[in-house]
Amino acid sequence: MSKTQSQRLAYGEELVALGRENKDVVVLEADLGKSTMSYLFQQEFPERYFEMGIAEQNMLSTAAGLAVSGKIAFCNSFAVFAAGRPYDQIRQTISVGKLNVKICGSSAGMSDFGDGSSHQAIEDIAIMSAIPNMTVLTPCDAEETRQCVRAAAEIQGPVYIRVLRNDLPDVLPEDAEFHLGEPRVLREGSDIVIFAHGVMVNKALDAASELDEMGISAKVVNICTMKPFPYEAVAALARGKKAVVTAEEHNFIGGLASQTALALRGSRICMDYVAIGDTFGQSAHNHEELLKFYGLTKEHIIKKVKELL
Amino acid sequence: MANQETINHKIHHLAEQHRRHEAVRKIQRLAAQIRKDVVLMIGCKGNVGHLGGSCSSADIVAALYGYKMKLDPKNPGWEERDKFLYSKGHAGIAQYAVLAELGYFPKEDLLNVKGLGSRLQGHPDRSRTPGVEANTGSLGQGLSIANGMALAMRLDNKPNKVYCIMGDGEQAEGQIWEAAMAASAHKIDNIVGIIDQNRLQATGSITERFDTNPLPEKWAAFGWHVIEIDGHNIEEILGALDEADTIKGKPTAIIAHTIKGKGISFAENVVGFHNGALTQEQYETALKELDEQLAELDR
Repeated sequence: MSKTQSQRLAYGEELVALGRENKDVVVLEADLGKSTMSYLFQQEFPERYFEMGIAEQNMLSTAAGLAVSGKIAFCNSFAVFAAGRPYDQIRQTISVGKLNVKICGSSAGMSDFGDGSSHQAIEDIAIMSAIPNMTVLTPCDAEETRQCVRAAAEIQGPVYIRVLRNDLPDVLPEDAEFHLGEPRVLREGSDIVIFAHGVMVNKALDAASELDEMGISAKVVNICTMKPFPYEAVAALARGKKAVVTAEEHNFIGGLASQTALALRGSRICMDYVAIGDTFGQSAHNHEELLKFYGLTKEHIIKKVKELL
Repeated sequence: MANQETINHKIHHLAEQHRRHEAVRKIQRLAAQIRKDVVLMIGCKGNVGHLGGSCSSADIVAALYGYKMKLDPKNPGWEERDKFLYSKGHAGIAQYAVLAELGYFPKEDLLNVKGLGSRLQGHPDRSRTPGVEANTGSLGQGLSIANGMALAMRLDNKPNKVYCIMGDGEQAEGQIWEAAMAASAHKIDNIVGIIDQNRLQATGSITERFDTNPLPEKWAAFGWHVIEIDGHNIEEILGALDEADTIKGKPTAIIAHTIKGKGISFAENVVGFHNGALTQEQYETALKELDEQLAELDR
């Protein structure tokens, strides 16, 4: 088993590194700094850190005001509160105005397993992707999270970064460079393609290893840029393959499954998905237990592949 | 000697009074011109426009742009400028009027307001209109945006201020009170929140919906320095804006008592002109009244 690292810790540390290099970086937090790891920035740059209390809508609009004044404003909360509660604020001022507000949706997916459906974001990618001018990033490990923080600061306009609460296995090669909108091929294969993001990338790699033993050669592709979605690159990667399976910890509506289906329109490639059904989460004692319950495992990916072939 | 000093003092005082009087007259003229431009923008071809709330806040807008704010119409992005936001973005046409009067863009653009491709949208759009600082229109968000601008000024050691006009109906939006708490928590003293208390909202009187009163007590309880004024008395508006400059360590709220539709006899205190169309007759009457007001001020 490969080394695991905390995605949110990587996020917080990279924010501090960014703050050292760029004095225009400011950070806003809605009283969850110890969970989102934004408190690391507070420790080093208290004057550029704004504790905005339990008031997410105000936090996002305040960030808009900072952004129109030349700041790069990172807003932090749990994904369910960062993408859901201040939707209108994100839409009306930040996205219409293409403002430099970066939204970290932390404890995303079902990674806040114990707190139940109220704290589990299963539709955040769909909401954010439907807003014009928004960039949506879904890093799959700690290193990619760091790269997303960097990319977010460079992008002119709003960015949503989806970060999980738990440690994730390192899946990226050490020298991997980040290119916005470019799918990363993590394993070559000739029969089928598995597209995945977030926690499901490592599971897709495990599935590919087992499929290999069964004589099925699976290519595994990490899709970190969910918007602007790489429709053409995805179509190109799928070309000539017997089947495509997507894997994501998100509602199948408006996420990777939907976007990949759009990318493959007009082709004859058969496709299926592993995703959360159109349903809310619930409490459990750990993340893996929930992933298994909602059908998000290596076994589910293998099953879908075999059904298609 | 003492006598001469007294006389000098009196002369100075009279000169000061005259200067102030001329400043007030200039602002009154600008306000009347804003109202006239608003009527011209709405027109009488069946298009609706937010006449009532634009006219109720016109005197405050004129005082800000004609007296208080540091601006450079030739350079809307001037780094040293003060900033203005209509949180009640539907009154944006009053801002369009003053921006055109000051030369931010040609006056003839006013007549294409809300037209396809126009730089003047139904609600303020920063990317299209020089002088507009942020997109507003979804109510309740402007004060939070203004807080962010004020915090940025503080970080950059700028002495400037942010002025934000809200509606009294808008006070029903919960985010206003989030922003009110945030401003006092962060001791933002370079922000002035102005509440255009015209007592009417889109479909009727405020007291018959969410009664947002009593506003002075509410804002004071949220940690703001509160000044209550007649929002059509220019002297009082100027006095309140100057007083805000002296308040340190806390934000200032100006509760301005106003009349919706002020300056146009048939529209005053009439709900229907919140966002209404003008008949040919109403249009002509409004222009005639405002021209008379302008002529009176020019005498």
